[in-house]
Amino acid sequence: MAAKKTKPVVAPTPNSGVFSVMKADGSVDARRDPKLSTAAARHLYETMVRTRVLDERMTMLQRQGRIGFHIGSMGEEATIVGSAAGLDAGDFIFPCYREIGAALYRGFSLETYMHNMFGTAGDTVKGRQMPDHYSAREIGFGSVSSPVGTQIPQAVGYAWAARHKGEKSVALVYFGEGATSEGDFHVGLNFAGVMKAPVIFLCRNNHWAISVPVARQTRSENIAVKAEAYGIRGVQVDGNDALAVVAATREAAERGRHGEGATLIECLTYRVGAHSTSDDPRVYRADEEVVPWRAQDGIDRMRRYLERRGIWKPSDEETVRTKADDAVKAAIKTAEATAEPDLETIFEGVFAEQPWHLREEWDEAARARDLK
Amino acid sequence: MPTWNMIQAINDALRVEMRRDPNVVVLGEDVGKFGGVFRATEGLQKEFGDERVFDTPLSEGGIMGTAIGMAVYGLRPVPEIQFSDFIYPAFDQIVNEAAKFRYRSGGQFTVPMVIRTPCGGGIRGGHYHSQSPEAYFIHTAGLKVVMPSNPHDAKGLLLSSIRDDDPVVFFEPKRIYRAAKGEVPEGDYTVPLGKAAILREGRDATIITWGAMVHEALAAATTLEGDGVGVELIDLRTLWPVDIDSIVDSAKKTGRVVVVHEAPRTCGFGAEIVTLIQERAFLHLEAPIKRVTGYDTPFPYTLENDYLPRAPRIVDGVRGVLNY
Ligand SMILES: Cc1ncc(C[n+]2csc(CCOP(=O)(O)OP(=O)(O)O)c2C)c(N)n1
Repeated sequence: MAAKKTKPVVAPTPNSGVFSVMKADGSVDARRDPKLSTAAARHLYETMVRTRVLDERMTMLQRQGRIGFHIGSMGEEATIVGSAAGLDAGDFIFPCYREIGAALYRGFSLETYMHNMFGTAGDTVKGRQMPDHYSAREIGFGSVSSPVGTQIPQAVGYAWAARHKGEKSVALVYFGEGATSEGDFHVGLNFAGVMKAPVIFLCRNNHWAISVPVARQTRSENIAVKAEAYGIRGVQVDGNDALAVVAATREAAERGRHGEGATLIECLTYRVGAHSTSDDPRVYRADEEVVPWRAQDGIDRMRRYLERRGIWKPSDEETVRTKADDAVKAAIKTAEATAEPDLETIFEGVFAEQPWHLREEWDEAARARDLK
Repeated sequence: MPTWNMIQAINDALRVEMRRDPNVVVLGEDVGKFGGVFRATEGLQKEFGDERVFDTPLSEGGIMGTAIGMAVYGLRPVPEIQFSDFIYPAFDQIVNEAAKFRYRSGGQFTVPMVIRTPCGGGIRGGHYHSQSPEAYFIHTAGLKVVMPSNPHDAKGLLLSSIRDDDPVVFFEPKRIYRAAKGEVPEGDYTVPLGKAAILREGRDATIITWGAMVHEALAAATTLEGDGVGVELIDLRTLWPVDIDSIVDSAKKTGRVVVVHEAPRTCGFGAEIVTLIQERAFLHLEAPIKRVTGYDTPFPYTLENDYLPRAPRIVDGVRGVLNY
């Protein structure tokens, strides 16, 4: 099942096909090129590579039993990093659970991430949540939570509040195509329409929700078309074309900033890997389906673009991969050498002030440690 | 008799009942071709087809609302909620609709439906793959609530639940899905709803528990036996309507009771059991009834073993009521 490509369009426009900028060989349509600076284009590409390297390492660590879980984004890097690159630094991101690439693009520290993966005392969320469930306020990135779709209306409220306070920022919210079946998706789009909230709904249509294919989520022609019913804009983008994702996100953000309301961007991409390290897709998905998507890999395409532009040489590739690998290994080493969180981290932070009963339960848990 | 784990027993119960009753249908996320993320529905779509076993869009509210409609029509749907942590989008449908349909329609409509859902911690699942939300549902008039602790009961209780004419929330402690093994009769048999199992008899103290904690309580009882303490261990199996006689009889017999559950303490089902006992057996009690439970915090990831009421905490709780 390859992404259905209808006629390409100059700007992302509702109901007029899949917006793309780059061809598979990395050549671009000059009219649609978001014209990234050399530094921005390289940062975009390097972040995609770092995301991939990180993914591979985390999957390996889970296999070795060194971490409990990992949920990756293999094949979706262009969608995830490209959309982050289309925002301004002051815009806010409501993540789903697969967007470490967007956080890395914004400068999220690998070390902080790794402490979360190992659930250590150095984890900013204190080992309370599963791996890949971090919070990163310092980079304008929300708090990862597992329930599907809950973040969607939250982003609407956040975006509305920022506008209410006179800010020119937008909020972008990530989710998969499976989440578009949840009530929260429909509520979010409807509220955004009514409230004219400057929000970007970024749907990673990776074609699978664990074992359920997109055809079992909706009878709509596509996801983007759903925007129409709520009176907001909906566009379809080639999600393996990082530059197209940048251009579409930028355009949606500009519209939001100028009072033109919300946009639903459907990025057509593919979950090349398993849903998570707990999943085995061979049970429900034929390998042949994955092959054409591997061939359309967004990282390869972006590299060809950089090479054509003359801002990337083979030695750069080696440098970025080696650097990424070294940084990941160093972060792993630090996290693995860090102790578990203190017992008190279970009992503090439930409320701003600790009530009597949690004080008592903390004492009880401390005594229980001596029983073992 | 084959030796099966919980998953095999649950799978077999569904198969037995689907063969017997063409009105039974299974729906949920990933339950079809994949056979469920825990594989409890494996092979069912192959045997019964995709009209009777099917993947729904990703919406718990949708799963529950449509299942209720099917039940009102006269089918016996068995919707699966992939993790009980994700049951909340369906909460309105369960609490305001399924639970009240019979009462509010004067018995014109009923909702014979079994909501299967994995619960509990100990699998490194953090906040959202570990919770034990049984108390919310026990608190709701019109719902039956079941939680088996072993494969034999899982199959027999699931068969009873599907045949029951009221909505049942059937919690499956996921930590023991594969760890709990035991002999399971082939074919049809039932374990009645509303009947607890007395797993050990003893004169000194009573432990009342359910689900995965039964195994911690068994370990605790073995330790205590070594100290010469005879524990009576009650596995409630059906949480609501609870087997009041078994609880009260045992409380009268031992006079010392410990209630163990994994869910948070405050307003947990343990609080209700304590009240039921003190209302009915106050003069027989030799010590205040003790609760050994999860804490009133979200379920933690790294330190989950501190959170869970493991055997040493239960032993300590029993010693507490003995030495009162
Ligand atoms: C409310 C809720 N229901 C079910 C789940 C279990 N679950 C986790 S991810 C997932 C599939 C999500 O698919 P999609 O929204 O397409 O995102 P993807 O994982 O493909 O990125 C499911 C069913 C959940 N986390 N939350």
